[in-house]
Amino acid sequence: MSMSTPKTRTLTIRTPEGIAFSLQLAGPLIRFLAWSIDLAAISALSGVLKTVIDLIGLISADLAQAVLMAAYFLVSIGYGIVCEWNFQGRTLGKKLLGLRVVDGQGLRLQFSQVIIRNLIRFVDTLPLFYLVGGLAVLLSPRSQRLGDMAANTLVARNPEIAEPDLQQLLPDKFNSLRTYPHLAARLRQQISTPEAAVALSALLRREALAPLARLGLYHELAVHFKNKVEFPEEAVIGLSDEQYLRNVVDILFQETSRAYRA
Amino acid sequence: MIIDLGRFIAEERPYWRELEGLLDQLEKEPVLRLDLARIQRFHYLYQRTSAGLAKITGCSADQKIRLFLENLVARAYGNIHETRQKRVAIDCRGWFFNTFPITFRRHVKAFFISLAVMAMGGVFGGLALTLDPLAKEILIPFSHLEDSPAQRVAREEQRALERKAEPKSAFSAFLMTHNTRVSIFVLALGFTFGLGTMILLFYNGVILGAVAADYILADKTTFLLGWLLPHGSIEIPSILIAGQAGLIIAGAMLGRQSSLPLILRLRRLADDLVTLITGVALLLIWAGLIEAFFSQYHEPVIPYGLKIAFGLLELFLLTLFLFRSGKKTERVLPHVDVDT
Repeated sequence: MSMSTPKTRTLTIRTPEGIAFSLQLAGPLIRFLAWSIDLAAISALSGVLKTVIDLIGLISADLAQAVLMAAYFLVSIGYGIVCEWNFQGRTLGKKLLGLRVVDGQGLRLQFSQVIIRNLIRFVDTLPLFYLVGGLAVLLSPRSQRLGDMAANTLVARNPEIAEPDLQQLLPDKFNSLRTYPHLAARLRQQISTPEAAVALSALLRREALAPLARLGLYHELAVHFKNKVEFPEEAVIGLSDEQYLRNVVDILFQETSRAYRA
Repeated sequence: MIIDLGRFIAEERPYWRELEGLLDQLEKEPVLRLDLARIQRFHYLYQRTSAGLAKITGCSADQKIRLFLENLVARAYGNIHETRQKRVAIDCRGWFFNTFPITFRRHVKAFFISLAVMAMGGVFGGLALTLDPLAKEILIPFSHLEDSPAQRVAREEQRALERKAEPKSAFSAFLMTHNTRVSIFVLALGFTFGLGTMILLFYNGVILGAVAADYILADKTTFLLGWLLPHGSIEIPSILIAGQAGLIIAGAMLGRQSSLPLILRLRRLADDLVTLITGVALLLIWAGLIEAFFSQYHEPVIPYGLKIAFGLLELFLLTLFLFRSGKKTERVLPHVDVDT
């Protein structure tokens, strides 16, 4: 296994099988925000505990104070440990901001790693507001605070990745361009891999584009592909640029014959 | 190369879903153990998905599909290639009587260094106070110890009966949490190449040495021993064990005797560090209880002789425990070479 960390703060792990996958590392700002949320969660949890423990005060004020002190201590130390161990490296703040603690070599996170990174937090928080930890994250090539270095962990961005829905992109509809199989074959031959990737990405990111930018982009791409292979007038009449592009992508990425399904 | 995405996804989707389900199960149940058939299936799914990722990376597929597969492969990789033992269930008794003392002995050199540093601090504090009694305010920065030992002994013995009625639970909890926090800090400062750990140990030694010298010079040695031994015989070794853990980190960082990279050196020590600090926390709970409920009573409530004997007995038992407990288990364990 080999690893590399380019300037973009992405850790690429190459497995013995020759496969590479990358982890996008979280920067100090987003980590600070996640910690702020966690701090609020710890305060809220402590508040709830105080309300419950106050009931013990009816029996003995001294005992209530002792239990409260121990509870605060356990919550402040145990919050990170319990959350990160039970929720696959995520505290509430990390979950909300799409972050996750992972092993530094992409392996399974161990309980001892979770404990160590949370104990070394004592040094990272010095002298105030995570100054030592924040500086370490800034200076470290793998964006690690001291606790992460000691435990060999990383905080990576962990967006919820759903299985791609190709049916939505390439619905089972009549494609007028397929009625000319020789031209469709020429289109597949003429278009390069990067050009095909651009067309597919443009359609998959449809909702992320502003309406005007989308119209402009689709028009530009449609003109580009029309110049590559010219289809007869009756095949393209009434097709918007977007539909033309969808038909092109359908031809490029779905080889299975759907030519005459109309 | 442009691949037929529709067919590719349609063919591979069932395998991805199966792998995803298996991974969800493994992540939700960290103690889950798969049988051989399922492990083989898991490995097949990992390899098939990896092959899919390789295929899609080299062609014009969309980034979303690549990210989805990368995520699956990354999760599976972590489980397939992990060689560290999975923690199945914690045997508390076995851990306390075997794992903890064995771990302590495995790094006993670091403990003795920790002891030596604190002892040097003690000697320095004792000498400083003997040579310059006016430095007491600086050496012992605690308001309840600013009186002369004679005054304090008189006051404590006079209040001995009143103390019985005073609430002690909160004080005990304060001692436990405070000392545990200090211990974690001593361990964590090992990351400063041990410098922070040694400074803290030395400083604690200075205070201890100065207090001891102050009481010995005032001929109040019996009170001193009766006051400090019952809880100190556990509390001080606990801080020393925390120092031991800090020095283990420092040793790994310096890595003079190891050719392994720092990451691997620290990785190999992770379990030992957790064992030591957990042991320290347990010992400090005991010390906190003794300090709040026993050490604060002086004569005439509890004779000093009894308190001293109790403290010595604790120290003897702790030494026996740390140096002898788990010897049988240790003998049958394979030799573990830890590079620090």
